[in-house]
Amino acid sequence: MGMDIKQPALIISAYRHPELTKGFSLSEWDLLVRQARRAGVLARLWYLLERQQLLANIPLPALKHFESAKVYANQMRTSLNWEVHCIQQALQELNLPLIFLKGAAYVLAGNDAALGRVFSDIDILVPKQSLMEVEQTLIFEGWKFGSIDAYDQMYYRKWMHEIPPMQHVQRHTSIDVHHNILPITSRFCPDSNKLLDNINKIDGQNIWVLAPEDRVLHSAVHLFHEGEFDHGFRDLTDLDLLIKEFANEEGFWLKLQNRATELNQEIPLYYALRFTTKILQTPVPVDVLEITEAYQPNKLKRKVTDFVFLRALMPNHFTCSDTWTRYAHWFLYLRSHWLKMPWYLLIPHLSRKAWLRLSVKDQH
Amino acid sequence: MKSKPIVLRIEPFVVRLDTCIAPVAEVVSSLYSGYEFIEEASTVFVDFYIKIAPVSYLRGYYRPQVQCFIDGKAPFKPLPISQAYPFFEWSLNWVVASYVHHYLLVHAAVLEKNGQALILCGVPGAGKSTLCAALMHSGWRLFSDEMAVIDLHTNELMPFVRPISLKNQAIDLMRQFAPNAVLGPSFFDTSKGTVAHMQPTQDSVLRKSIRASAKWIVFPKYQKDADTSLHAIPKSQTVIKLTKNAFNANVLGGKGFKNLCALVEGSDCYEFEYSELQEAVNLFADLSS
Repeated sequence: MGMDIKQPALIISAYRHPELTKGFSLSEWDLLVRQARRAGVLARLWYLLERQQLLANIPLPALKHFESAKVYANQMRTSLNWEVHCIQQALQELNLPLIFLKGAAYVLAGNDAALGRVFSDIDILVPKQSLMEVEQTLIFEGWKFGSIDAYDQMYYRKWMHEIPPMQHVQRHTSIDVHHNILPITSRFCPDSNKLLDNINKIDGQNIWVLAPEDRVLHSAVHLFHEGEFDHGFRDLTDLDLLIKEFANEEGFWLKLQNRATELNQEIPLYYALRFTTKILQTPVPVDVLEITEAYQPNKLKRKVTDFVFLRALMPNHFTCSDTWTRYAHWFLYLRSHWLKMPWYLLIPHLSRKAWLRLSVKDQH
Repeated sequence: MKSKPIVLRIEPFVVRLDTCIAPVAEVVSSLYSGYEFIEEASTVFVDFYIKIAPVSYLRGYYRPQVQCFIDGKAPFKPLPISQAYPFFEWSLNWVVASYVHHYLLVHAAVLEKNGQALILCGVPGAGKSTLCAALMHSGWRLFSDEMAVIDLHTNELMPFVRPISLKNQAIDLMRQFAPNAVLGPSFFDTSKGTVAHMQPTQDSVLRKSIRASAKWIVFPKYQKDADTSLHAIPKSQTVIKLTKNAFNANVLGGKGFKNLCALVEGSDCYEFEYSELQEAVNLFADLSS
């Protein structure tokens, strides 16, 4: 795989141009299903093919897998809606804007990025000063923390942008309660008040989501600060679908650039536009691309991040990787920690993790 | 180390098994004899890619282990190399239960006689597989000893014929009951104790595409020294019991529930207790005539 993806993986061709699937052979469908399943976009692809009335071309044995994935994704969505309802009920007495993030936000706002999306947990954002109140209310309403030691408690409470994940005792669903979109220790951490000042209310309900441009930025921040890229490709398609949808709105591109500057997220925006255009051919105006490229003035850094992200953002299937893929993943894992906190916090933290891993191995 | 993949049509699926462990390939070709082994993989759509491979060269000498990869990903912990073949069978169960939502799947054994299907649904250890193996050697056609596969449109049961997995005492019991049956090697000290697989009867393999409608839904229970007894249970109770044993009822939601109700509606529902295998077989022969 070269820098310009001369020979894109089948899943990429099918995502960029669904009509190309008309000419797919049976073994190409076979490979497409494997890559799409691994990337977590099998149901999403079904919806994209449906939109262009291409379902009739899918050979029957492949169609069954698409339909299974779609049924599963629809069920996830039903559960998500119910969970949102329960969370809303639980927190309705509190005087706060209850903001849903990521997948839940896409569903609530009716975004294309909700198409065929599967979820593992629900993320909410609340004002930092309400955190204690929210936590206590959730516990009162049946959520609890998993077993977590004192160090991890401290790690979350002192440094992170969220409290430890909680599970509901009966439904076994998970919730992540955030008060910001990046760790407090990160040098890119934005002022959360700016996020809260720009939220959108969901019609007829007392729940909120980030403004469209902030939703794109949060998606970018999440993906490009990530240390695990198992869902990298899926998350990249989230960005692509959000951008394509919002680009129809007047003044979106300018708002997006201004917000990136205000929220200290210029570099994630550069990455988001760089890799959605490069990998998925997302339509982005040339002048916007030029401006955002200047957000990352260091040419060497641009080269290195091209090299690693073009690999890590591929579906985690062996037909989409090369000899460098594993090193790219490893590099990005280290980088994610580096971005989370300054070195004088990071080194003791990683040493402790490494030591724990070793001593756990000894016990076996 | 490169060995030829085995591409096997196990109706209603096509499964590809990659393994360089010779005994696994040998057991597969013996227990699945009579199945279609597809020579040219590119001519078919493969539903599931399974690979059974040694964990690493370093561990090759000290208690060697095998890992199972589902299209390159390993969702399980490795097992001793001696259990490589049962690992394949378990992973096939897992992959079907995890990925297939275009059929309703219930954890149950299914057999057929005169075009009517018998569903045996029970907790592990209830003697479901033993009873299933005995019935298969007493004039019934095997659909599955593990999974009832139900067409969502017609509510028919679909054969998913594979070797029957017998555990512990059931292995010797079945050797006596059906001396001519082909059994694979015994695998010791697995998580389910000793396991051996019984080859499906020829008739079951030959008629692997012929479906049937449910006629009896039975919850068997082996109870030492118990008298053979069959008693009818309410349909409402049967729906609840079946739902608990369905792999994907939660995923299928309301649609799956309707299918289960229709399945129960058209069937006679029983609880069944037994200790004598031959008596049990006779009772089901009476039931079907």
